[in-house]
Amino acid sequence: MSEHTYVPESKFGKWFNDRLPLLTLSKHLQDYPTPKNLNYWWTFGGILTFCLVTQIVTGLVLAMHYVAHADLAFNSIEHIMRDVNYGWLLRYVHANGASMFFLAVYIHIFRSLFYGSYKSPREIIWILGMLIYILMMATAFMGYVLPWGQMSFWGATVITNLFSAIPIVGESITTWLWGGYSVDNPTLTRFFSLHYLFPFIIFGLVVLHIWALHVPGNNNPVGIDIRKPSKDTVPFHPYITIKDLFALLIFIIVFSAFVFFSPNTLGHPDNYIQANPLITPKHIVPEWYLLPFYAILRSVPDKLGGVILLFASIFILLALPWLDKSKVRSAIFRPIYKQFFWILVIDVLVLGYMGAMPAEGLYLLIARIGTAYYFLHFLVILPVLSSIEKTEPLPASISEPVLKG
Amino acid sequence: MDKPDKKTNRRDFLFTASYTVGAVGLGATIWPLIAQMNPDRSVKALATTEVDISQIEPGKSITVLWRGKPVFIKRRTQSEISDAESVSLNELKHPEKDQDRVKKSEWLVMLGVCTHLGCVPLADKGEYNGWFCPCHGSHYDTSGRIRKGPAPVNMEIPKYEFVDSNTIKIG
Repeated sequence: MSEHTYVPESKFGKWFNDRLPLLTLSKHLQDYPTPKNLNYWWTFGGILTFCLVTQIVTGLVLAMHYVAHADLAFNSIEHIMRDVNYGWLLRYVHANGASMFFLAVYIHIFRSLFYGSYKSPREIIWILGMLIYILMMATAFMGYVLPWGQMSFWGATVITNLFSAIPIVGESITTWLWGGYSVDNPTLTRFFSLHYLFPFIIFGLVVLHIWALHVPGNNNPVGIDIRKPSKDTVPFHPYITIKDLFALLIFIIVFSAFVFFSPNTLGHPDNYIQANPLITPKHIVPEWYLLPFYAILRSVPDKLGGVILLFASIFILLALPWLDKSKVRSAIFRPIYKQFFWILVIDVLVLGYMGAMPAEGLYLLIARIGTAYYFLHFLVILPVLSSIEKTEPLPASISEPVLKG
Repeated sequence: MDKPDKKTNRRDFLFTASYTVGAVGLGATIWPLIAQMNPDRSVKALATTEVDISQIEPGKSITVLWRGKPVFIKRRTQSEISDAESVSLNELKHPEKDQDRVKKSEWLVMLGVCTHLGCVPLADKGEYNGWFCPCHGSHYDTSGRIRKGPAPVNMEIPKYEFVDSNTIKIG
């Protein structure tokens, strides 16, 4: 954080701030100089904070009514839906909230990809963000198991079995994860415990993520370094707070549309059938936000190979700041990268669609091409582009092109 | 003391010894926290199941639950047995003789768990008239051996024995 010489006006404020500089922190957050050209793609940080808090609050109250036991969990969900006051609302907000959380995080990540926000000096912000994203996936997966429906059970079986692909120790690891010889009550209770814990770890990482952001300050749509504060910046409050708030209200409208008019669209009907270890549903699919990775897993005809590619597709993102060495951040000034960016967006969407379809015939072929392209983008296209692309000239400041024109 | 910084002195020894004791103590403290997640005694106690097989007709199978996992008990027809026995071993991804997978060739007892990612395969389906896993498309033959698809090995044969001609004890 930048050096502050802030002195509270009131005598009590000064006394308190000398002992715990919370008022200095609050002043820093208000004055925090923000690029004046931030567009609406920059409002998703605030939206994501809202999502996290919503999930924690609704989850906390759902846990007051939920019973984590293989024989009782399924019925306790129905109890929440039918008997608990506003239980239906709390559960639908929590279940759809997970989807909204991922929707927002994907926009947030792709915004970073487009504007090069992961590049120096913001690598640590990016890595913290990716760790948050990985933890989000783990948390969402374990949360999906808790209702103990058919999709819960078989999703848990398939995902935990990924670890059995590890040579030699794989079997012991899955047995350890399950606490038995299959997904059963011990698995459910530990998933509940961890599902409760992880959001707080995420919360801690979010604090670090924001702290790391406040060291260099925000990137911006033209992606150039700016002097702070200067005529290129505005104070966070009230300029950004009001913009974030407006975007949040639009987001909440979409959120509410799902919760009140279409609460089960993003779920799967099979999860309203209680878990049965003897029958696998005809068509197992994960929640929509995990589908691209599922398509990658299934595109490899070998168990260990599929699992390796699945994890590689996630962990490769951690190395992104070193794969894309181009000094120019924003895609606005990178005419070739801009096109590859949109191809990647389409590629991920196509992979997501293939993940929802059966793994056979043309679907499988397209999924394989999509998988190959995904890795090609990060491992070949980005490093090559960084050295051969002819970028367009950058403006000297945010104001310059406007004032000159 | 010409070069005091290069010599291992008593303080270095104390540091190393302290770190070592600390690391061992930390490991010993963490171990119960890790080990508690392994199967507990009550889970291990449910290790055997006895099954009455007198009602199963040729060509039919039943599924029983053992250790939370489905076990297929299939009474195979003569043609299914000869199909399974006639396959040459070099056609197999995981070569095992049918004779080594059964105690009586009429009865196939195996874990009904796909060795890919643990789904329950469907009986009498797939390209080899054995089992087909709907999750990721693994095909098994009438001996439960993997023939096509992502599963790495044949379906597992649990430990079992014939208590008498009508009863199987699994586990």
